[in-house]
Amino acid sequence: MDKKLFRILNKYISTVDKKTSLSLFKNMLRIRMVEGKIAELYPEGKMRCPTHLYTGEEAVASGVCENLKPSDYVFSSYRSHGAYLAKGGSIKKLFAELYGKKTGCSRGKGGSMHIVSRQVNFMGTSALVGGVMPIAAGTALASDMKKDKRVSIVFFGDGACEEGIFQETLNFAALKKLPIIFICENNFYATYSHQLTRQARDNIYKRVAIYGIPGVRIDGNNVLEVFRTSKKLINEARRGRGPAFIECRTYRWLEHVGPYFDLEAGYRTKEEMDKWIDRCPLSSFGKVLLKKKMINPEAINSIKRSIEADLEKAVLFAEKSPFPGCSEIYEGVYNEQ
Amino acid sequence: MSNRKSIITYAQAINQALTQLMKRDKSVFIMGLGVDDPRRVFGSTANLSEEFGKKRVFEIPISENAITGVAIGASLCGMRPIMTHQRMDFMFYAFDQIMNHAAKWNYMSGGESPVNITIRTIVGRGWGQGAQHSQSLQSLFAHMPGLKVVMPATPYDAKGLLISSVMDGNPVIFIEHRSLYKRKGAVPERFYKIPLGKARLVRRGKDVTIVATSQMVSESIKAAGNLKKCGIDAEVIDLRTIKPLDKNKIFASIRKTGRLIVADTSWKNCGVSAEIAALAAEETFKYLKSPVARIALKDTPAPTSVELEKIFYPGWEDIVYAAKRMISGKKPKFSRRKKEVIDTEFKGPF
Repeated sequence: MDKKLFRILNKYISTVDKKTSLSLFKNMLRIRMVEGKIAELYPEGKMRCPTHLYTGEEAVASGVCENLKPSDYVFSSYRSHGAYLAKGGSIKKLFAELYGKKTGCSRGKGGSMHIVSRQVNFMGTSALVGGVMPIAAGTALASDMKKDKRVSIVFFGDGACEEGIFQETLNFAALKKLPIIFICENNFYATYSHQLTRQARDNIYKRVAIYGIPGVRIDGNNVLEVFRTSKKLINEARRGRGPAFIECRTYRWLEHVGPYFDLEAGYRTKEEMDKWIDRCPLSSFGKVLLKKKMINPEAINSIKRSIEADLEKAVLFAEKSPFPGCSEIYEGVYNEQ
Repeated sequence: MSNRKSIITYAQAINQALTQLMKRDKSVFIMGLGVDDPRRVFGSTANLSEEFGKKRVFEIPISENAITGVAIGASLCGMRPIMTHQRMDFMFYAFDQIMNHAAKWNYMSGGESPVNITIRTIVGRGWGQGAQHSQSLQSLFAHMPGLKVVMPATPYDAKGLLISSVMDGNPVIFIEHRSLYKRKGAVPERFYKIPLGKARLVRRGKDVTIVATSQMVSESIKAAGNLKKCGIDAEVIDLRTIKPLDKNKIFASIRKTGRLIVADTSWKNCGVSAEIAALAAEETFKYLKSPVARIALKDTPAPTSVELEKIFYPGWEDIVYAAKRMISGKKPKFSRRKKEVIDTEFKGPF
């Protein structure tokens, strides 16, 4: 395990109350186990949709969403299971969606790349890079007009920062001083391309200053840093201070899309991978909690068993649920009011 | 409200619809380039920012794509945004948000996230507006499931259809025509809706059906008047909405006349006129006495020279020629040469 990350977590743990720390840990563990179950079952061929797993990046969604109210809005990209779960999305409905069932969160019309839960204000996702950025600015504009004190959060990757819509959205959000927080999950790769083969400078967080938006770069594998940084900026946005931007540096362990490790593809080194697995956001934080005696191994096992039980139920629910009926193909093309 | 009518222009009818919508519904807001500038989108957004404030009527950055996304997001929170483009060509910048997001968002979210946005946009014609200031893109939008496409041809329809579009609960592409902006007509002062998906029978006739869109409706009426002099009785149908399409009204008319001319403001190739001709072949083949004729744009970008514009843009002359040829079965002695492609009082600049 990475000693530096451990040391920093160990130092900052006292700044966060125990309940929050345990919630962060539990959330990360849940995301890790959900993605693990998907990776385990995906080869069966029953989840017939492109699936982008979040393994290794759990601290970002968990750390940010810990600060949100149920009424706050969240958008994410096609790698969105983490944000969906952290905002409170149902595991059962997620699995049913992956299985293409009518009980899925998008009724079998979305698959992994289009998950949604309006009940918890997880507003939706896009399979287009950067596609939801302006939509999140739109919910923030509505909040501003209604003065409802809600904050909009949008998660996206490093690749999205290369899109024109990124600049367009930043400018509009700053112009209208919207309550929106941009969370860049910089995992350094767009499919197989490294950030530095696509971007002139490794300075994503600095690109927002020209609009007057505060931008910070943090360790996206340090859940406490993600939590504390986003807490401050979310609270400020809620008070009317306008948008903010966080670049969370993190790493995707698995292939861009699909359930496997992909070192053999040759676009990244074992050394790099090992370094980031050493910096595992979940196990490093778990070790700190154990050392501080905020949790014991039995309690961790008990949480794992409980999540495992939820997963079994979710898979069974997905397996047993019916597929959408023939006529349902036309449902939802238009809103019939 | 009274049943009073007044004679107002197409632009004023749009302005009246916007004013009444904003008065009745606090969730309606307007954003676009020019909505709060001195010209107010050819007058269509006059007095709105004064009456409703700059929070509800505002200029936007020249970021067509992101602002469309902003409209989508706001609508997810129950707002009814109206976005405005002064030319349809600018919408290509926003195709990602319109085609990939607005059109599909409700569907791919399992039907629980309707996108209630109205995008007003204007087609240009003549005065050398050229390839990038004149395009009529209804066929592209009508191709995409999830969008509705509306094309009012009269002041009365402009008001009633705009009100329906904003209240519809779906993404609606509301296509206005620059050449129609000064046209006058009787418009009720009350708040009224015209249902989307219902075509209008403009003129009854028994010999040939002319199905027209937007500005081509007035060309068709002119053609019908001319044909009457030669003893040809043309029926004119104004489509009003391209999607949903009032197929039944078209089919009923074909069954009666046995002849079909489609006059559209977009390109002939893979366009609205192609779709209607195909539907006629599929559904009313046995009633057709002659091949379908399509009056639409040539397969070129819009030229700017006035003489080339006369060749590029179809007009009533082309409709008359097609109808005569259809009925007589031979090439008519009738000149299709046009004097002008826009109203003579139009003096630009755009």
